[in-house]
Amino acid sequence: MDFLRPASWEEALAAKAEHPTAVPIAGGTDVMVEINFDHRRPEYLLDLNRIGDLSEWEVGEDSVRLGASVPYTKIMENLRGELPGLALASHTVASPQIRNRGGVGGNLGTASPAGDAHPALLAAGAEVEVESVRGSRRIPIDAFYTGVKRNALAADELIRAVHVKKADGPQQFSKVGTRNAMVIAVCAFGLALHPETRTVRTGIGSAAPTPVRAKAAEEFLNAALEEGGFWDNGQIITPSVAKQFADLCSAACNPIDDVRGTASYRRHAVGVMARRTLTWTWESYRGTRRLTEGAA
Amino acid sequence: MRVNFTVNGRPQEADDVWEGESLLYVLRERMGLPGSKNACEQGECGSCTVRLDGVPVCSCLVAAGQVEGREVVTVEGLADFAKQRAEGGGCASGACGTTLQNAQQWEAKGTDSHTGEGTELSTIQQAFIDAGAVQCGFCTPGLLVAADEMLERNPTPSDADIREALSGNLCRCTGYEKIMDAVRLAAARQSEAV
Repeated sequence: MDFLRPASWEEALAAKAEHPTAVPIAGGTDVMVEINFDHRRPEYLLDLNRIGDLSEWEVGEDSVRLGASVPYTKIMENLRGELPGLALASHTVASPQIRNRGGVGGNLGTASPAGDAHPALLAAGAEVEVESVRGSRRIPIDAFYTGVKRNALAADELIRAVHVKKADGPQQFSKVGTRNAMVIAVCAFGLALHPETRTVRTGIGSAAPTPVRAKAAEEFLNAALEEGGFWDNGQIITPSVAKQFADLCSAACNPIDDVRGTASYRRHAVGVMARRTLTWTWESYRGTRRLTEGAA
Repeated sequence: MRVNFTVNGRPQEADDVWEGESLLYVLRERMGLPGSKNACEQGECGSCTVRLDGVPVCSCLVAAGQVEGREVVTVEGLADFAKQRAEGGGCASGACGTTLQNAQQWEAKGTDSHTGEGTELSTIQQAFIDAGAVQCGFCTPGLLVAADEMLERNPTPSDADIREALSGNLCRCTGYEKIMDAVRLAAARQSEAV
């Protein structure tokens, strides 16, 4: 095994081009487990810790450019306002020790369907900035996950940052597990209201071969909210609409039975989380509407 | 490969390190510092917790090569680390820190191992002894490092803060109530001292 220690992003790209099998390691919270258990013996480890700007973020006009190695702890502490869904999801990652090391770049690189960041990224809307010596490109999050632990990266590419849209409305994240800490999601659900475009976006984790959006559920809800004038009148969502939304979210799942839960449980739980996160976010939206009206 | 880094305030060098080796392995097997415990090797249990550039991490999940040029504090250096902090930090003389030899022989024994008397302990270590928060003791080093860091950040933690800060440390004797007592005790003693 060789340990490659690029001091700059350009050096890292050159190293990855020269050794496409090199395994990037940043927080190490996935890679080191595999090495410790002898599940993996990469020919090259490509350490990204010395590249400082991977751990930085910039808050722009419409989106946040989040460096691939920004640890979850920093997201929780600094980006709760801009990226509430991702901050909530970050808080459910493992333990403080793991959150101090792991970041969204690793979640995306591993591309496990159980990665906690994925539902939040899908719901908020995001693009993954990847680069190789051949050039840079941005992959829409919907096109990023290609299979179980597979993503759209080419062999010579590295993840540099994620561009996540700043919240224009309430966002929620919900996760099912046996305790609050150190839990791999049995299943998870992210939901974001986008009042500016009058749309709702979702993200489902651990209930299909890849993280997915419940697109049919989103379309149904967008139409129902528009039709009922909900965005303007701020009324509570009709229980039958919430139920139909939840059922469609369950239907978007394609889960398996495994040690953490059965497929039917996952389908059921995703429906429950869909209904709850919709209620929470909608109540929050109604609250801010009332405040704005009161002030006017 | 060779790795140069600071352990408990003193520069150290590890030779013939395998590229896939963890920081935990280097500490225990190459430097003779068995305080950080090796249990799950997958970040589940927190018994290998050390400070890396001040931040608590699972040393089993840090590749040895990643610590080149960085600072590590292990449980063996915790008493001295806490003392430096209490005295206002900094180490202008270069004589502070814990030597490898002292760290290798470090024990909370003193004249009486049951009370910790005669040993220089950090507040959190003394509180663990006084509160009876140590049963088999295997999880203790990781808990001490994690709890000490929390008290540094948050001198007056609520019970929820303590639970959250220690949520990555498992105690299979399930002595969590005494551990909670110990952290509350350490927090109270620290605030009295100020």
